[in-house]
Amino acid sequence: MKMAYLQDVVSLRLDRDACIGCGRCLDVCPHGVFILDEGKSRIADRDACMECGACARNCPVDALWVKNGVGCAVGILNAALGRNAACCGEKQSCCCSETQPCSSSKETNVLG
Amino acid sequence: MREREDNEPAGPATENRHWVVGHVDTPAGRVPRVDTRWTWRDRLGAVAVRWNIGRERYTVEPGLYAVGCPTAASPLLTSANYKLSFDTLRQALDGLVAWLLVLDTQGINVWCAAGKGTFGTDELVQRIAVTHAARVVSGAALILPQLAGPGVAVHEVRRRTGLRVVYGPVRAGDLPVFLRDGLHATPAMRRVGFALWDRLVVVPVEVVQRFAPAMLIMLALFMGAGVNRHGYRLAMAQWPGIAVAVWANFLAGIVLTPALLPWLPGRSFALKGAEIGMVTGAALWLFGQYGVPEGLGVGLLSVAACSFLGLMFTGSTPYTSASGVRREIRWALPMQIAGASAGLVLWLLVRWR
Repeated sequence: MKMAYLQDVVSLRLDRDACIGCGRCLDVCPHGVFILDEGKSRIADRDACMECGACARNCPVDALWVKNGVGCAVGILNAALGRNAACCGEKQSCCCSETQPCSSSKETNVLG
Repeated sequence: MREREDNEPAGPATENRHWVVGHVDTPAGRVPRVDTRWTWRDRLGAVAVRWNIGRERYTVEPGLYAVGCPTAASPLLTSANYKLSFDTLRQALDGLVAWLLVLDTQGINVWCAAGKGTFGTDELVQRIAVTHAARVVSGAALILPQLAGPGVAVHEVRRRTGLRVVYGPVRAGDLPVFLRDGLHATPAMRRVGFALWDRLVVVPVEVVQRFAPAMLIMLALFMGAGVNRHGYRLAMAQWPGIAVAVWANFLAGIVLTPALLPWLPGRSFALKGAEIGMVTGAALWLFGQYGVPEGLGVGLLSVAACSFLGLMFTGSTPYTSASGVRREIRWALPMQIAGASAGLVLWLLVRWR
């Protein structure tokens, strides 16, 4: 079953003019957001984006931009309160502190 | 970082590690060979960390390892030094030959470490340098877990190491097919799912982490139940009812919401949680034989509590975006606070009369 989160909220942007169609974003995206269309990447399923930032990090021509962060309420609330307790919040896309691994499915079955 | 001596083994120091079975000699020195089968110790450890026991110290030494008798043409796979990540990978490689490069991610799994940047371009390039991994593989590909994507820029690693770098599948279990098919990943291998088992497996950690706050709330309600307009008296007769209400909501919000996630109407987690809270509140009202104001109070508290727990669960899912969670928090948190306050006032008013 495909899970869908909120609509029209994601910050992902693609500059199709800059895109060279290498397809790297299709490789790294864990939610199938991109497709190749006429030799260039196209955002086919924007609402599926979780803003992990893998596509932008791996785009060799900086054609992608996303405000990456963790979709974790605990982290976001802690960051808003100026704490860095159980979650590192918006500093980077991981819902955990320096020493504590995620409580999340992000550690399930992940390769390596 | 310390310089490596020439006579030093290329692999990490792994004395007394039950998962090391011998070693392989390479142009870069001696490399420990790892077992691909789990023993009872690995199984026990995997269960323990799911219950948040010893999770901060569940690590392996970063460095280069061998699976089977790899040659210069064998693929070089990468992993985090969270032992569950490492164990999952070596188990998936049963019967195959490969090199394993374990990065120092401070005991954190691949995806989270990639998000933090500890499973990142710099650490990878440095780890390749200190282990002389490029001398061990010649021409073979360096295979990254796909979920290293947020931390590693493949084009940069290529430029800085000269190695051929490719993204492998999301799940270690797909590696044998990926390797067999000439490093080709099917679209399904590239997707992260969140099936029933994936959702349930993250529940124990939530149970452990939310236990103490739930306990405190229960004790506060025990104390609050004694308030009346003549003053204060411990109302111990009400404690069993309060305990049932608190733990019913605890289980509903932490177990039921994740389990039923895809079938709960709406996309918002606060809403999904509130739906579970409504059912829980209604059940408590029904079985608790409360009058109208108290039943309403218990209902409002249940909706607020389960809605809040639903919102908290966003951090355990692999598909919620930070922008989305921020939007949810903006409208849901004020409503949860209002609902809980109104519920608490109703619940106390009954005692005041």
